[in-house]
Amino acid sequence: MGTISLKNISKSFGSTQVLNNLNVDINDGEFLTLVGPSGCGKSTLLRIIAGLEQQTSGDVLIDNKNVNRVRASERDLAMVFQSYALYPHLTVRRNLETPLRLRDYNAFERLPLIGNFSPSKKDKTESINQLVNKTSETLKISELLDRKPGQLSGGQRQRVALGRAMVREPVAFLMDEPLSNLDAALRVHMRSELSELHNSLKTTFVYVTHDQAEALTMSSRMAVMIDGNLLQLDTPQEVYDNPSSLSVAQFVGSPKINIFKGTADSSGTVGFLNVNLKRKSSESNTDLHIGIRPEHLEITNESNENTFSGTVAYRENLGSDIFFHVNIEDGSNKIIVRGLPQFTHQISNGSNVNIKRVSDKALLFNQAGMRVQFTNA
Amino acid sequence: MEAKQYIGEGWKHAILIIGAIVVMLPFYMMVSMSLKSQQEIQSISGGLIGAQETQTFPVCVKTGYSEETCTMKPYQYNYWFAFEKAPIPRYLMNGVIVTLSIFIIQVLVALPCAYALAKLRFYGREFVFSMVLFCLLIPVHGIALPLYVMLAQAGLVDTYSALILPWTISVFGIFLMRQFFMTVPDELIDAARMDGMGEYAIVWKVMLPTAIPALLAFAIFSVVAHWNDYFWPRMVITGNRDLFTPPLGIREFRGGIDSDEFGPMMASIVTVTVPLIVAFIIAQKRFIEGITLTGMK
Repeated sequence: MGTISLKNISKSFGSTQVLNNLNVDINDGEFLTLVGPSGCGKSTLLRIIAGLEQQTSGDVLIDNKNVNRVRASERDLAMVFQSYALYPHLTVRRNLETPLRLRDYNAFERLPLIGNFSPSKKDKTESINQLVNKTSETLKISELLDRKPGQLSGGQRQRVALGRAMVREPVAFLMDEPLSNLDAALRVHMRSELSELHNSLKTTFVYVTHDQAEALTMSSRMAVMIDGNLLQLDTPQEVYDNPSSLSVAQFVGSPKINIFKGTADSSGTVGFLNVNLKRKSSESNTDLHIGIRPEHLEITNESNENTFSGTVAYRENLGSDIFFHVNIEDGSNKIIVRGLPQFTHQISNGSNVNIKRVSDKALLFNQAGMRVQFTNA
Repeated sequence: MEAKQYIGEGWKHAILIIGAIVVMLPFYMMVSMSLKSQQEIQSISGGLIGAQETQTFPVCVKTGYSEETCTMKPYQYNYWFAFEKAPIPRYLMNGVIVTLSIFIIQVLVALPCAYALAKLRFYGREFVFSMVLFCLLIPVHGIALPLYVMLAQAGLVDTYSALILPWTISVFGIFLMRQFFMTVPDELIDAARMDGMGEYAIVWKVMLPTAIPALLAFAIFSVVAHWNDYFWPRMVITGNRDLFTPPLGIREFRGGIDSDEFGPMMASIVTVTVPLIVAFIIAQKRFIEGITLTGMK
């Protein structure tokens, strides 16, 4: 089992409030991602779960047991660090053995030389060796066992760090931006490997990242944190399609969501630029932010009451997609539009384009940044 | 490379070579005098090793050895007589016992201290650290007398304890190791905690191995300082020759009825200096190898 519950967790360093009354329930076997911009407190939260940091108030429950007073080493969690934190003076094998030796050997058996006289040590060593071999085969690092961390590449160190976490078969894995030191190609590859690993281990993963792409690709649920507050906790698709607030909408998704200033009139009709939305807002007579993702805008030849025009300032060709950064005519906005290469490859910087939106995709936010729903009518 | 650059490099090397000669000269004199006869030393003749003529040495005969025993080449005589006159192996052993005990206890104290000051958060940490810095400013000679009185009261004068105890807490060691520990990433310590290590285990199994280069630097400071120390042993070892450290032993060759005989004296000094030089050369190699933290980033 590996359920983790955080109840009313707050943390402050001196007068700085880092975490604000957080409540999270992590299910057994779940891949939960804590995602947010740097400095939002996500790493602190992970360290509180690990027991490396003490919360100012609130409770941490692991498998429904309160572990507020339990030391990090006794919580039976394993952690993978951003810098991997392998013991630089030990071989890979010894690095993998260390958590097992500390768990299995008693104090006498850990003594150098005379510890070997303990009768039970031989069996324990045998089982440790088996576990290390099994783990290193799973992670394909068997041939690295006699090397020191300094002789490994970044990707290999990453695997060893994972291995050191895995050997102990903990109730949950905690990962603190484990992929951020890898190069881009390897990072994408490791994402799929981590997901596979999670599927085969079926253990709870709590994963911290500032990269919303990692959160979207790997997690079963993601928790978006900004400035010490938990803004939304849901499946990646739901967070992407249905962000609860403007900050979440802006944080999740790359390129960023386009935000237009608009208004809702007394009947709830939402208008921005020269366009009116078909659906009606549940809040009327107010200024609104209208969010439309780049893939929900299209470059078109039509020009009517549903389109608006602008000048292409910059074109970002990714091969499969081209993103156009467009200055809207009234000068208020710079927006990003996705175009398919086969239709838009001839459009160059400085051209005038008409833009139309895909209907039923706009998101509304009020002045406070909270989500405003459309009425069903 | 351009000719100009050669000249520039040449100047640098010329200056460095002059500096090296100035530093090496006393050592050259020491080795040379330990090989030559008294006459050659006093007349400043004979180059590095002298003529090495077999001769009978008068001081030796005066001390009570037969003329036959006292007839040999100068280099043989100098070293043989140095060991005959004073129990040099005993002095060397005392030196080893004292310096090693001091160093080991210093490490036992300094490492946990430095770890706490560098990596643990506790109330008053900054104050404790500022006291460490303050203690660095106190000269040893300033507190020698009170220390002596305390040791005398405790009845420890003329014991190994008197030589070792006052030096077991090295604020310099604490400071040096603390500065080094500051550079060890916190994540490594957190990883060790997650693996189940206690704080003492972290000090000895994680911090110590990563700190080997700093520890070696400290070892050189500590061992050289206490191996060569003359002042403190002279104060607390008042009579018992069995407790003499090497510098006190060398003093045996000065003055007295035999007049100053430089050959055996220099031979004893060479014997006392060589272990240090050898230790330094061995340590220097490890220094450069070191266990780096490159595996961390």
